[in-house]
Formats: sequence, C-alpha cells, structure tokens
Amino acid sequence: MVFGIPGGTILPAYDPLLDSTKVRHILVRHEQGAGHAATGYAQATGKVGVCMATSGPGATNLVTPLADANMDSVPVVAITGQQSRPLIGTDAFQEADICGITMPITKHNVLVTDAAEIPRAIAEAFHIASTGRPGPVLVDIPKDVLQEQTSFSWPPEMRLPGYRPTTRPHGKQVREAAKLIVNARKPVLYVGGGVIKADAHAELLRLAEDTGIPVVTTLMARGAFPDSHDQHLGMPGMHGTVAAVAAMQRSDLLIALGARFDDRVTGQLNSFAPDAQVIHADIDPAEISKNRRADVPIVGDCKEIITELIEAVRTERETAKAVDLSPWWTTLKSLRETFPLGYDWPEDGTLSPQYVIERIGSLSPADTIYTAGVGQHQMWAAQFVKYEHPRTWINSGGLGTMGFAVPAAMGIKAGVPDTTVWAIDGDGCFQMTNQELATCAIEGLPVKIAVINNGNLGMVRQWQTLFYGERYSNTDLGTHKHRIPDFKLLAEALGCVGLRAESREEVDEVIQKALEINDRPVVVDFVVGKDAQVWPMVAAGTGNSEIMAARGIRPLFDEDL
Amino acid sequence: MTRHTLSVLVEDKPGVLARVAGLFSRRGFNIESLAVGRTEYPDISRMTIVVSVDELPLEQVTKQLNKLINVIKIVELEPSASVQRQLVLIKVRADATVRSQVLETVQLFRAKVVDVSPEAVTIEATGTSEKLDALLRMLEPYGLREIVQSGMVAIGRGARSITATAVR
Repeated sequence: MVFGIPGGTILPAYDPLLDSTKVRHILVRHEQGAGHAATGYAQATGKVGVCMATSGPGATNLVTPLADANMDSVPVVAITGQQSRPLIGTDAFQEADICGITMPITKHNVLVTDAAEIPRAIAEAFHIASTGRPGPVLVDIPKDVLQEQTSFSWPPEMRLPGYRPTTRPHGKQVREAAKLIVNARKPVLYVGGGVIKADAHAELLRLAEDTGIPVVTTLMARGAFPDSHDQHLGMPGMHGTVAAVAAMQRSDLLIALGARFDDRVTGQLNSFAPDAQVIHADIDPAEISKNRRADVPIVGDCKEIITELIEAVRTERETAKAVDLSPWWTTLKSLRETFPLGYDWPEDGTLSPQYVIERIGSLSPADTIYTAGVGQHQMWAAQFVKYEHPRTWINSGGLGTMGFAVPAAMGIKAGVPDTTVWAIDGDGCFQMTNQELATCAIEGLPVKIAVINNGNLGMVRQWQTLFYGERYSNTDLGTHKHRIPDFKLLAEALGCVGLRAESREEVDEVIQKALEINDRPVVVDFVVGKDAQVWPMVAAGTGNSEIMAARGIRPLFDEDL
Repeated sequence: MTRHTLSVLVEDKPGVLARVAGLFSRRGFNIESLAVGRTEYPDISRMTIVVSVDELPLEQVTKQLNKLINVIKIVELEPSASVQRQLVLIKVRADATVRSQVLETVQLFRAKVVDVSPEAVTIEATGTSEKLDALLRMLEPYGLREIVQSGMVAIGRGARSITATAVR
C-alpha cells in the first residue's frame, strides 16, 4: 500500500506501478494527505506506512507529516523523486534539498546516487523505520538514477554499522526495578505509546494485575490498558483526570514504560512528582533521564522488559514482605469518585460537544478505531470515548498537527478495511485537509467524519477566554455565523454523504444513520456550542499540583488530601 | 561549564558533517572546535569535537549523536589520558629590527618558520590550545597580521585503538 502523487521526477517509479499487482497505490489530493495516511495506516496495522511524492513542492509537502511521524515514533517510509544528478545544486525546476530539509525531522534519510544502491536503500529504510524506536525514513532518488538500468537482487545486504538498537533489557536493571516495585507504597504505572508500539498490552495487563498498581495511560497510550479496568485512572497530563495527575504527583515510584516525560504530562518539571523515584524503561536511551532523572534506567523493547519484570517481581515477592497498597488506593479512589470526568451542558442551550463524542463512542462497535485532529475535540475524544484495545486511538500527539484526522482516517481504513473508522475532527482542522474525502470516495474508503463544529478555533479560544481576557483575536472561523463552508454540502460535493445534527435529539439518530452507511464516506456536521471547555486543565507553565478540575477549582492545591 | 573532547567515528558518507553539526546547533550547543579526517579504515571518518557544556546536557547530546545512523561510536577523551593537538599558522610582522627576537620566541615554543619575507615571517606551531595561546600572546606585541588555526585532534594514550574496537 502506497499513498502518493506522481510528478516530473518520480515518473519513472510510477510507470511500473501501473502494472503492479502487489502494490496498491492510492492517489491522494495533497502530499500532506499521503504522509498522514501512511502514518494512520502504520499505527492501525503495526506495519510500515509508505508515501511517495515528486521533488520540490511534492517533497516539501511531506515535511509536516514526517515531522509528525517523527514526534510520535511512527514507522513511515517516504520515497521522493529528485532532480537528475547533473542538475542537483543548480536551483533546477522543482529542486529542493529534501534530505537537508528533513534531516532534523526524520529518523534517517538518504539521497541515492547510484541505481545499484536503490534496493539496499529501500531495504535499509524499512528496517530503520520499523526497528528500535520507530520513525520516518526518507529515500530521495534522482530521476536519472530511477531511469538507469541495473541488476536487481533481493534481499540486498544491509550495511548499517552504526545502527544496533538494544531490545534485550539488562537483567540487573530489571531486578533493581523489581525491588523498587515490591517495596513502593505509592507506585504508578506510567504507560506511554511505546507499549502499544511494542505490542506489550497483554504483558502490561499481567504486570498491573500481578502487582495491583494503578495505571495511567498517556495520550499516545490510550487503549494500551482497558478503560473499563478498575486499576485504570485514565489519562495524565494537561487535560488528564484529577486522579491520574494526582497519582503521579504524589507517587513514591513512577514506573515509566515507553513514555518520555513530555511537558504536556509533567507540567512544570521541577515540581513534577517531587517524591517519586523513577524507573524509566524505553527503547531509546536518549529518552532516559532527558527530562527527569531516572533512578533505574532500563533500555530495551517494552514487551521484553515487561515480560522480564513480571518474573523478577514474582521472584522478589518470594522474599520481600508484601506492601499493602490499600491506603494508596483509598486516596486515589476517593479522588476518582470526587472528580470524575464530566461536563456541563452549555447555558445557551446549544449542543454539548462532549455529549456528541460520548455518544459516538457508545453507539459505535467495540472495535471501532478513532482518530482526531488537534484541539478541544481531540482532548474530548481522548477523554470521553472509552478505549479497550490498543491501536483503536490514533492521533497526533507530539507535533499536534491540525488536519491530521481526515487523511489519517483514510490510511487507517485502507489498512483495516473491515473496521469502522471515525475521525473526530474540528471545524478548523477539517478545513485544512478535507480534500482527501474525494480520495476516500473514489478509492472506496468509507470513513466516518464527525465535525465537532463550534465555529471557532476552539482550543485557542479557550486559552483566550482563560488567559487573554476574553479577547478573541482571529479565532472565529465563521462556520456558524455565515455557515461557510456548509459542511453538509461540502461533503456531498466530495462524494460523501452529508448529515447534520444541531440538537440533542438529533445526535443518536445521525450517528446511527452514519454507522449504517458503508458504501461511501460520511460527514456529520455536529453544530455545537462555542463556549464548551476542556477540563480538567493544568495551565501551561504551572505545576501539576495546580490542576484545575474546573475553572478556579484546584483540588490538589486547595485542600491537603 | 567544562570543556569536553569527543571523538566521533562516522561512516564516510555525504551529509554526515551536516547531520552532526546540525544536531549540536539544534539542541543549543556551541562547537568550539571541529576537525574531520580519515582513519585507518577507508570508509570511516573521525571527527574530533570540542564543546563547553555541563555533564548532563553532554550526556544528552552524546545519546542523540549516537542515534544518528551514520555515527558508529563516540568516545570522550579526557585531557589527562589523551594527546590533544592543534595546528596554527601565524603571519607575524618581523622586519630586520625585531626578527631575531621573533625567531627566539619561535625556538622557545619549538615552532618553526615556514615562510619569510622582508616584513614578515610565517610560523607553524602545534600543541595544546593552551600552548598556542601562550605563543600568540608572546608574538602579539610584534603585530599579528594573520592567523589560521585547525580544529583540535586527539588520540587516547596507550595501546588501545577506538577504531579497532568499533569495527569489530
């Protein structure tokens, strides 16, 4: 499966694609769409996503999705055409130094200067993208190299003397970690996206149940641990649950698995989890002690690490006296009950966006895969859809790429065609990349798009409300005021079914209708209130102890629990 | 901040210098000195990088460097356990009245004169940066017309070879 658009310099690679029975090429409408589609495909299937573009603008349009895949460690291979070798460096037509441009935003990239090297370059790209800490790799091939004749043998010999990712954890470190785990009074399993990438959810469940330790799953790890599980406290971070944030903040032992102590999780770093020792397990040694010093670093693949941890904890248990976690659980359960996730209906009688998202989650099949753009709707989708399985929540976490949802949904649907795919999008995000719905309609990829249309750049508006004295500079998109564009008509113009809901009564009905349509993409315009806000919230630059359950209510700060 | 000397073995491929230099600048480190050259293996180059940075950020930048696919090995060379050398070429004003004094300084520093003209001499000197700084201070009163300095190169003392263990 390849997502791409041909052009001058990549033409020689496209010509044989016409006869290929093995490779399905999906002709997208914009290269950014190809990149995000490859990302969605990769995250849904666990395989490498591939996108292809021509030189110059084709390649530079891949910059955003490559940066996105790099931040979220997604295995993607991008193949770009380049101007012919004699023209490189002459500012030729559609020439851009894409290797130079993407150097800081790819795991690796390479300019192939000899046709005989193409097979090796491609094999190495797939190997690098999919092993170790996954990431995007770009292979740039000049047109005249693509046109050369060469002998072909497969598989080629890879030559990567500087690339040897560590997957087996160090036994001594695992034993050290186990010692801390059995002796901790307030431990927390801090689960990141690495657990999903390592397919380690089953092992995580076993470790959690063996130890009885509370679990928090980051934005990238939603689905790594079932939301319905009693040990799950939800998502930590800027918009995490009070219980999850408090658990980390008051913990005496953070067991970080495939997580990277991102600023959106830690808040102000120097006041984050002040009393916690840290076990940090990650495949990337550079993540360990980058933001928070680790007391026990473990480099390796999360699946192997957790498997060994389970054994080591069992061994350790035989000699150590069991620590009673019930006081810890009493505190956490009380917080969970006092400050559950919730929302109020808008006072002006408009539709609640949280309700819409909650209903989509309730009415859709259990194995539905959700993706989202970036902003309020993304946070609500992370909060109010209940995730039970890994790879059912796919979003742009690190880079925060608005416009991610539609093309990502396209890639997901292409990878798992029999599964329902919902893109929870915002009206701002949707207007950045909706052209790919034409691709979906023509290529037979019946995705479902819920446009949570509040007429505004909602998250920016929320910050303006809270921190800029309600001065709404350039956040009104006019999608309410002028109904431009009319998303229902736009959907129909793009070959989709367009639906709309504006009141509570219509919500279930349109969701049901959308779920019944499987021959075409569906876009539902949910016209919702503009003043709904994402809560809880840790304001940027403040410490996690100052988390606000709602505006002005700071449960951890105000009272001493 | 302390000064650190990193020896970085890299694959001899196009763009490697840009990758390494870019990584330093991207993460906010200033390279004080950089030298790149061949090794005893045809496809491996060696970079000697001098940076002033604290211990913790150094560890982070070293780990990030290690992630570059073309980087094979990184070793920090302690000044006490390595030989570190720079080369400098100095064009100093030296007419007949002061030439003998300039030449005396050259001898004291075990440097040598590589070019002479009626008004100036060009001096070649190698050594640690401290020694070269001292030489420059001594020559400054005569008038320094032009200076060109190489990056630092460094090699560990003793019989061990970092390249040999890297390619094994």
